Amino acid sequence: MTDGSTMVDAVGVAHLLRRTTFGPTAAEVAAAERVGLRETLDAILTPTAPDRGAGLTPVPNIGVDPYVLLPGNANDDDRRRARETRRIQLRTVLDWWLDRMVEADHQFMEKLVFFWHGHWATSAQKVRSAAMMLGQVETFRRYGRGDFAAFARAMLRDPALIQWLDGQRNTREAPNENLARELMELFTLGIGHYTETDVKEGARALTGWTIYRASGTAVFLRRRHDPGRKTILGVTANHDADSFVDVLLGQSAHAPFLAGRLWFRFASGAPMPAETRERLVAAYGSRRNVTALLRAMFTDPAFAGTAGQLVKQPIEWMVGALRQLGILSRTMPERERLALLAGLDALDQVPLHPPSVGGWPSGAAWLTTSSAQARLRIAELLAARARTDVVDELAAVPARQRPRELARLLVVDKWTERTRAALDTVADQPRRLVALGLASPEYTVS
Amino acid sequence: MDTLTRRKFLLASGVVAGGAIAAGATAYTLADVLATGGDRPADAGTLVLVTLYGGNDGLATVVPYADPAYHDARPELAYEAEKVLRIDDATGLNPGLTGLRRLFGEGRVAIVRGVGYPKPDRSHFRSMDIWQTAQPARPGNTGWLGRWLDTAGGDPRLAVSFEPVLPPVLAGATGAGAAVPVTGLELPRAVPAATLAVLGRPAPGEPVLQAHAAAAFADLVAVDEMVRSVAAGALEVTADEADELPQATGTGGRAALDAQLGLVAQCIEAGVATRVFSVSLGGFDLHADEKQPQESLLRALDRSLVSFVDKIGRTSAGQGVVVAVYSEFGRRVRANASDGTDHGTASDMFLIGAGVRGGLYGPPPNLRDLDNGDLKYTTDFRDVYAALLQGVLGTDPARILDGWTGRLTGPI
Repeated sequence: MTDGSTMVDAVGVAHLLRRTTFGPTAAEVAAAERVGLRETLDAILTPTAPDRGAGLTPVPNIGVDPYVLLPGNANDDDRRRARETRRIQLRTVLDWWLDRMVEADHQFMEKLVFFWHGHWATSAQKVRSAAMMLGQVETFRRYGRGDFAAFARAMLRDPALIQWLDGQRNTREAPNENLARELMELFTLGIGHYTETDVKEGARALTGWTIYRASGTAVFLRRRHDPGRKTILGVTANHDADSFVDVLLGQSAHAPFLAGRLWFRFASGAPMPAETRERLVAAYGSRRNVTALLRAMFTDPAFAGTAGQLVKQPIEWMVGALRQLGILSRTMPERERLALLAGLDALDQVPLHPPSVGGWPSGAAWLTTSSAQARLRIAELLAARARTDVVDELAAVPARQRPRELARLLVVDKWTERTRAALDTVADQPRRLVALGLASPEYTVS
Repeated sequence: MDTLTRRKFLLASGVVAGGAIAAGATAYTLADVLATGGDRPADAGTLVLVTLYGGNDGLATVVPYADPAYHDARPELAYEAEKVLRIDDATGLNPGLTGLRRLFGEGRVAIVRGVGYPKPDRSHFRSMDIWQTAQPARPGNTGWLGRWLDTAGGDPRLAVSFEPVLPPVLAGATGAGAAVPVTGLELPRAVPAATLAVLGRPAPGEPVLQAHAAAAFADLVAVDEMVRSVAAGALEVTADEADELPQATGTGGRAALDAQLGLVAQCIEAGVATRVFSVSLGGFDLHADEKQPQESLLRALDRSLVSFVDKIGRTSAGQGVVVAVYSEFGRRVRANASDGTDHGTASDMFLIGAGVRGGLYGPPPNLRDLDNGDLKYTTDFRDVYAALLQGVLGTDPARILDGWTGRLTGPI
């Protein structure tokens, strides 16, 4: 740790871990420093050890969606009960997902799943079925690291996405354009790379996919599908959902668009340098390999210079704090779990409830006066729940050195003079010190 | 996509949001705004801009109920003659707009039909950028009222939004309007305010976003002081009840329109210096089963607008107030199979106020001469903006609207 190259490595390792996990623990940083940047990245992208933390937080069996079971002659009471069951199921999924993010060893997998949640942003507010929402999360997990074409095809068969964007209302008699438009604008190409005619023709290609009410699954009904010829982005054929995807992913705008979306969340809110984009697009290649693109991004020279250019999303901020303070969310009493969810609500990021199909905000938008206040409040709760041995370690050093020890604990590179001065005022009270550290500007950015 | 709100637009609006927020637009408080009471010239007009996010269906708002083409195009969605609030033999208002119908009868509502712009864009985000920047060809990074603010001296308190984040329309090139939170803010007990004040200081050389995070603490301390000093009635504090969380999430648009307009009324009554207020209502993107939800939204809009207009109408300061209501686009003329409508183009704008010359402006929509299934616009929205800039804000519209010389004459 004394020669220059190792120091650079240590900074790079911490930066990489902050971006690829919800928040690395001091022990994880120390371990990564020992093996170096390259091996650390390999372990992040292609973990070989089994994920014990995921084993401890298995996907919950929430049962079927109660609306599927409702008889045709259901009365108001039946419906009320079904609504209540849905509410409980949704809460179960929400709790599980939070627990999983905290405990998973394969942190990057979980972070990528959350990225895709923001990319194909679908809200339970309209979908309502917890089973469908959970199914979508599992689709992200299954397809999110490989061939994007297979992923996109799977998403067009995802009942939650179909429900969210009115796909079940899209028929040959009267196409509904919602899904076709967002597929191009937000999921694959970006605005400006298609025409209104392409939207209309694309909607025709997607006709026939609907939701089978009795099972809550997606089905293709041939009689609702428009089998005729369509011209999408200059390609004329009897397009269906899959050939529509092929046309979209064959566009030269697609790879840069997707690379840009990933860069925007994992690297920087500032635009990606042109050379970097070329390298990422090349890595993505004709096989549309998401992991290869990510590897290229994290090893790109430009990535190392992006520290401080992202604001932690609220979920990232909270889960990271839970991990670093040794708190298992699943062991928290109901009152406190609710307080965590209320905190996420105050920060405007409750998983399964993105504000719109455009996904979550980013950057300075998270840095309002009201969010500073909410972060302080949640930080106090988290500091009060921090595992005793974590706080003891902090308390064991003299008060003057505690801010520095806190930086190690929270994986902050360095406090500014300003924050150091603020921390000094509470250094004699370790838990209060932790709370202030979590709320600090340095901890708020990544 | 049925939960589009101002917040979402702000964030998706790549062009404006970053700059406006970085300009430090959150640093003003209601106390700062109210402190300007009595500062305004007696004859100065006030513009209240109401943004409806999601694309409000114009044909279901101002209904061409006598046009057979209207009933043909959307048989399930169309309103029958006896259901609408009649204006004349061809046109009626949505049944939810009872208050506006009354104001229309009193001659205080101008309805401009067929408002749009060339080469309409059907993306929510792009079209809203176009409306807010007033730059259809290529939306830049300033809002039209932000540019007005630049020419008016740049004091953020001249252009105010009661929303947690600043809407792009109020972002100027050199300054930005003030985003004043409707909800109250209180400091947590455990951390002393003095410590937070330290945390709010800028640190030399730190990353921009980190500096911004620090500035939020400075604001927080300032707002806390304001909460202590301003009469409790000035703020509508929303309770933060953890127990209610599981179903109460993800609705967006935290500040209800009536709460926003309530604060606007309070400011106007206090004679504040503010010349422009921006408020919003979201949720209009109804691709399926549209009729009832839209009627409910319009009813909420009607209630908020009319109670606001009635309230300020009783004061002398309220006489110079003009309310302008718009959305990023209307909807497709023909309904889709889901009893909803897809993204469309031209739609109606409402201008409301004591000084407004009421009536219908612009020709009725021609449902037989469509552009790709959508209405052709007959009035460029910049003509309406120009009328507002000149008639309400007393400024030369061409300076603000990139040399635009069109002008809607009549209502203002």
